[in-house]
Amino acid sequence: MAGTSMFDRLEPLLPLVRKPVQYVGGELHAVTKDWDSAAVRWALMYPDAYEVGLPNQGVQILYELLNERVDVLAERTYSVWPDLEALMREHGIPQFTVDGHRPVGEFDLLGVSFSTELGYTNLLTALDLAGIPIAAADRTVDDPVVIAGGHAAFNPEPIAEFIDAAVLGDGEQAVLAITDIVRAWKAEDRPDGRDGLLLRLATSGVAYVPGFYDMTYLADGRIQRVAPNRPGVPWRVAKQTVMDLDDWPYPKQPLVPLAETVHERYSVEIFRGCTRGCRFCQAGMITRPVRERSITTIGEMVQRGVAATGFEEVGLLSLSSADHSEIAAVAKGLADVYDGTNVSLSLPSTRVDAFNVTLANELSRNGRRTGLTFAPEGGSERMRKVINKMVTEDDLIRTVATAYGNGWRQVKLYFMCGLPTETDEDVVAIAGVASRVIETGRQASGRKDIRCTVSIGGFVPKPHTPFQWAAQLDHESVDRRLAALKAAVVKDKNFGKSIGLRYHDGRPSIIEGMLSRGDRRVGAAIRRAWEDGARFDGWSEHFSFDRWVAACDAAFDGSPVSLDWYTTRERELSEVLPWDHLDSGLDKDWLWGDWQNAIGEAEVEDCRWSPCYDCGVCPSMNTETQVGPTGRSVIPLTPV
Amino acid sequence: MQRLRVRYTKRGRLRFISHRDFARAFERALHRSSVPIAFSAGFSPHPKVSYAGAAPTGAASEAEYLEIGLAERRDPDWVRNALDAALPAGLDVLTVVEAVPGEAGLADRIEASTWRIELPEVPDEAGAAALAVLLALDAFVVDRPTKDGMRQIDARAAIVAAEPVAGASCATLDVVLRHVTPAVRPDDVVTALRLAAGLSTPVAPVATRLAQGLLDAVPPQGARRLVDPLG
Repeated sequence: MAGTSMFDRLEPLLPLVRKPVQYVGGELHAVTKDWDSAAVRWALMYPDAYEVGLPNQGVQILYELLNERVDVLAERTYSVWPDLEALMREHGIPQFTVDGHRPVGEFDLLGVSFSTELGYTNLLTALDLAGIPIAAADRTVDDPVVIAGGHAAFNPEPIAEFIDAAVLGDGEQAVLAITDIVRAWKAEDRPDGRDGLLLRLATSGVAYVPGFYDMTYLADGRIQRVAPNRPGVPWRVAKQTVMDLDDWPYPKQPLVPLAETVHERYSVEIFRGCTRGCRFCQAGMITRPVRERSITTIGEMVQRGVAATGFEEVGLLSLSSADHSEIAAVAKGLADVYDGTNVSLSLPSTRVDAFNVTLANELSRNGRRTGLTFAPEGGSERMRKVINKMVTEDDLIRTVATAYGNGWRQVKLYFMCGLPTETDEDVVAIAGVASRVIETGRQASGRKDIRCTVSIGGFVPKPHTPFQWAAQLDHESVDRRLAALKAAVVKDKNFGKSIGLRYHDGRPSIIEGMLSRGDRRVGAAIRRAWEDGARFDGWSEHFSFDRWVAACDAAFDGSPVSLDWYTTRERELSEVLPWDHLDSGLDKDWLWGDWQNAIGEAEVEDCRWSPCYDCGVCPSMNTETQVGPTGRSVIPLTPV
Repeated sequence: MQRLRVRYTKRGRLRFISHRDFARAFERALHRSSVPIAFSAGFSPHPKVSYAGAAPTGAASEAEYLEIGLAERRDPDWVRNALDAALPAGLDVLTVVEAVPGEAGLADRIEASTWRIELPEVPDEAGAAALAVLLALDAFVVDRPTKDGMRQIDARAAIVAAEPVAGASCATLDVVLRHVTPAVRPDDVVTALRLAAGLSTPVAPVATRLAQGLLDAVPPQGARRLVDPLG
């Protein structure tokens, strides 16, 4: 019988695997509905381990708002670790949901949220375990419709062969629109089968159906043309934008896991979108315009969320939280509400700005002042101009002086390595910045035990950004520059011991780079790598660069493309990019102009406090920037 | 400060939570409930909760114990209902009683556990026969993998009493284990049954703690009853 729990079959295997609690469900606010009561059934997947996937906001939001519909059922599924995967294969247990332990293959839809492209191989594992044919073309009318979402869905071409559809942008209204289409199609007894449903999804504009587009290629490997292969399908598919976040105050009933997860807190998104214009930042480019949640809604969500969960930490999330027009009032208001309690507030603030220290002081009223994080991203003034970070070294020094002077003992700084036009000197300059930070911190605090941790990530050029045309730096050069930086820090007799350096080798970034900017031909490499055992590629203990290189060599053999071709090759304006038919609203000419500005080290101001610079999003998507101030305050709820 | 002793369960699929998982879930449940828990003094105050030896991950339990301190007096039955409502189903609060100052603490009221060990797909006779072989020995040392390598555990010496349970769907044993250091777990007993008596367990056994407490002063023949620590 469809929708039957498989827990009885799974249970005897659980004592044999690591952390069995991640597979049992039973979280506070988890929902299990009667299978037959639902007209439309969604399985929602975060393609990583439970401990990473459970806190994911996107999945929790969609899970909650789908389950609020009386005739809709949504359950969650996560990637199983290789130990359980082996046992499931041995005992014939398919991919299951953690809510009802139902087989994923029995749902109408499988929605998969990709925050990172390194989850692609985990999608294949889940499909295979679920008994869903890996290639979308092989699926029947009874298989779930596999839909990709999340930031990586803005270029789903590398997984085009494995998914039925992709949704670009905000999911809240999109999943409901898809639900309506599926409900109607089922009620009409599934006219024209699977193809009929996919055509409805494609023509409605809510989703991109890769199978309805053909790609042709030039002899040198570049794309010649992307075109719909049937009538009624749009030439370009536009992203979805939710225009009033106050209408969508989710999650209201966040899941409280029994297992330990990476984020143990109640998170409220205080605004969506960012127009700071950092050129490396895909999130900031594809989520425009800025839409603020009002101070009153934030206040209500936090107070209800804390009461509903018992979490002791509240995160005020966004791409640059200090930019909320009423952030000072939000911070002070919430700090007042929770004064003297064990609830702490956090702001994942990453902009270098003394104002962030003031905010952090307010938020840490209850607790310890341990660490503050800032993201200058580029080590030299020149580099920061290239990426449009709009922060000078003096800004940074002023900011950290304020931080250490206010009792913060540790400052963490984020940088990137491998940015366009970067030289060895730009990276080694990070050591000088860190030394100045320590020197300043010792003066400001009057102590010697302060620390600065420098974390460095490898830069990966992403679609829909001004750097989408850039050559990715080869991993040998990344490693060489990082080694030179390390040598410079170690050599620093005065301050080197107070500086911690964190970085990884450059090779995983190269694979991420191929998966980010690849086209449909990359699918063959993903499949080969997966067949060869690739799982959990975002985890260093599971990732194998050599396995990916071998898979690429085999998949691209005899063709003009290669791993290098997809990564370290600079593109021209005239080249058709694999995501040109996917519309983030950004005007391609504006992106190219901004790329040229980057090379010319010219900066662009945020459009929230300077004139519009015509990125194209608002007019093409019929949206507008929504910011306060509203002049209202966080009103404490009366305790019930 | 009012001190309350709590008996709770770990049932069904929640048997797979670890003690750390339980502690986190319990403290969050306290925050959601209106139970006026007391906090420790100091720089980072912690709620006043102390746990008596927890059942291992994967083992179910009908008899877990902890003690909490309240900042304001509350009726124990009211606290039982409030905690039970705040905890997920499966973590059920059975009893709450007030500790009498000066009387023995929880730790001094518990020296042994009764475990029910179910052996799916094992016939009754095979289970009983293996148990008889093990009980005939004075000692039987098994290896248990730990983070720091293999550890040797005498699984036989900790058995105070044991008997087969008739009428279950598979071979089922009730085993009273004395709390010793290092602790002997029901898993260790099953390992001993396999190695000492050649018992074959095609499906992972399920252990449930039925009771904890002090051993009866006057042992009857065979199985032994434990004295309720909240009694």
